Amino acid sequence: MSVAVKLTNVVKRFGELEVLKGVSFEINSGEVVALIGQSGSGKSTALRCINQLETIQGGSIEVCGHRVEDPKLDVRALRRDIGMVFQSYNLFPHMTVAQNIMLALRRVKGMRKDEAYEVAKPVLAKVGLSEKIDSYPEQLSGGQQQRVAIARSLAMQPKVMLFDEVTSALDPKLTGEVLRVMEDLARGGMTMIVVTHEMGFAKRAANRVIYMHTGKVWETGGADILSNPQTPELKEFMAEEL
Amino acid sequence: MHYQFDFGALLPYWQSFLSGALTTIEITVFSVIIGLGIGIACAIARRSQVAVLRAVVGVYIEAVRNTPFIVQIFFIFFGLSSVGIRMPIIAASVFAMVINVGAYTAEIVRAGMDSIHPSQIEAAQALGLSKFQIYRDIIMLPAIERVYPSLSSQFILMMLATSICSQISAEELTGVANNIQSNTFRSLETYFVVALLYIAITYLMRAAFFGLGLIAFPRRRRLGLGV
Ligand SMILES: Nc1ncnc2c1ncn2[C@@H]1O[C@H](COP(=O)(O)OP(=O)(O)OP(=O)(O)O)[C@@H](O)[C@H]1O
Ligand SMILES: [Mg+2]
Repeated sequence: MSVAVKLTNVVKRFGELEVLKGVSFEINSGEVVALIGQSGSGKSTALRCINQLETIQGGSIEVCGHRVEDPKLDVRALRRDIGMVFQSYNLFPHMTVAQNIMLALRRVKGMRKDEAYEVAKPVLAKVGLSEKIDSYPEQLSGGQQQRVAIARSLAMQPKVMLFDEVTSALDPKLTGEVLRVMEDLARGGMTMIVVTHEMGFAKRAANRVIYMHTGKVWETGGADILSNPQTPELKEFMAEEL
Repeated sequence: MHYQFDFGALLPYWQSFLSGALTTIEITVFSVIIGLGIGIACAIARRSQVAVLRAVVGVYIEAVRNTPFIVQIFFIFFGLSSVGIRMPIIAASVFAMVINVGAYTAEIVRAGMDSIHPSQIEAAQALGLSKFQIYRDIIMLPAIERVYPSLSSQFILMMLATSICSQISAEELTGVANNIQSNTFRSLETYFVVALLYIAITYLMRAAFFGLGLIAFPRRRRLGLGV
């Protein structure tokens, strides 16, 4: 099994504030990893370092053969291999669902409009929103917008998908429909790093759980660490989450 | 007070009125198109990482926005000619207008760009779009959509300000009217006709901006938001 993402002693500072204090973990191709931890523990920052939305001050990150901290890194090539879905969906409001999905296919992969459309259609079907192809984001519910955002990333056929609390803005019913899409993906063999507070999802879909605390990887293991935590911090965290 | 209106006295001059109006439109169209380009470039420069660039553009914008247009046009036409840079009247008019439109447009467009949430840019970066593509596809179009009403009223104000070009003897609508009234001594009628023509041009411009808006912002058309 090949390593898809590897963080080694990653240090990230915002000015004086050290947010990641030597974070290391490895994720194999096809693995689904849930990244959990208190607010402010550095989960989002860790994800954002992986596709270089943040630059790191120390350590190294390797993603599908790209060295992220290498000054000669081709950032766009790195990002072609990584899909990212955000808590606030971040669909482009002036574009239809189809245009949102087709944009990167055309601009980054250089597809013609009709080619991109043929790619967009089945991906949208996969998230169950074929009939919304010509809608604008503001005409969709939050759950639908998030599913379009997932489809937009998927259409690029990334090797790794990053999810940053993608259901936190949604009510339970809409959360369910988004999580189902993600569980489908997980079953399909996608490599996924999922920052989440949905412990149910973590238990069902994750091969592995990484618990971060104060900018460090505090505890890691199979989904069973959620019901049987080893460190007092994770114990307390799980008690709060319930 | 019994004034005898005599619009008939103006009839022989209808071609002059028309050519004045056309000149006004021409000056406006050229300066709006070029000024918009300069304004967008300056708005981008105002947000650049390069401090010198930001400062230079800032000085330009402040200088233009804090001086009257008539001073600007005198500076360009009379001022520059005294150091040997001579321009035809219409060229000087368009030049002065472009400088002016560029500065105001820059501030309006910048406000629009600032209103684009950084998360939009991050989403585009995460998809692998280049800096240029992000500016064009993610920032510029929605930014201009948001400030479109301010932008179009600014352009209409500038069309009205072309009347100041008559001060350097440009043969635009007001300049033409000044000549006609000094020939006919019918100033009331002359400026009445001129006022109507300005109103007509204003409405023409509004219609044009409305049409352009429908083409440029299909979302607003589809969702019935108006432009
Ligand atoms: N751009 C930034 N500038 C300065 N500080 C930042 C920045 N981004 C994050 N931080 C700080 O880094 C720390 C970790 O933030 P991060 O967003 O990674 O936490 P998180 O684990 O994702 O929390 P949450 O569950 O609330 O999303 C926080 O203290 C935060 O204030
Ligand atoms: Mg976070």
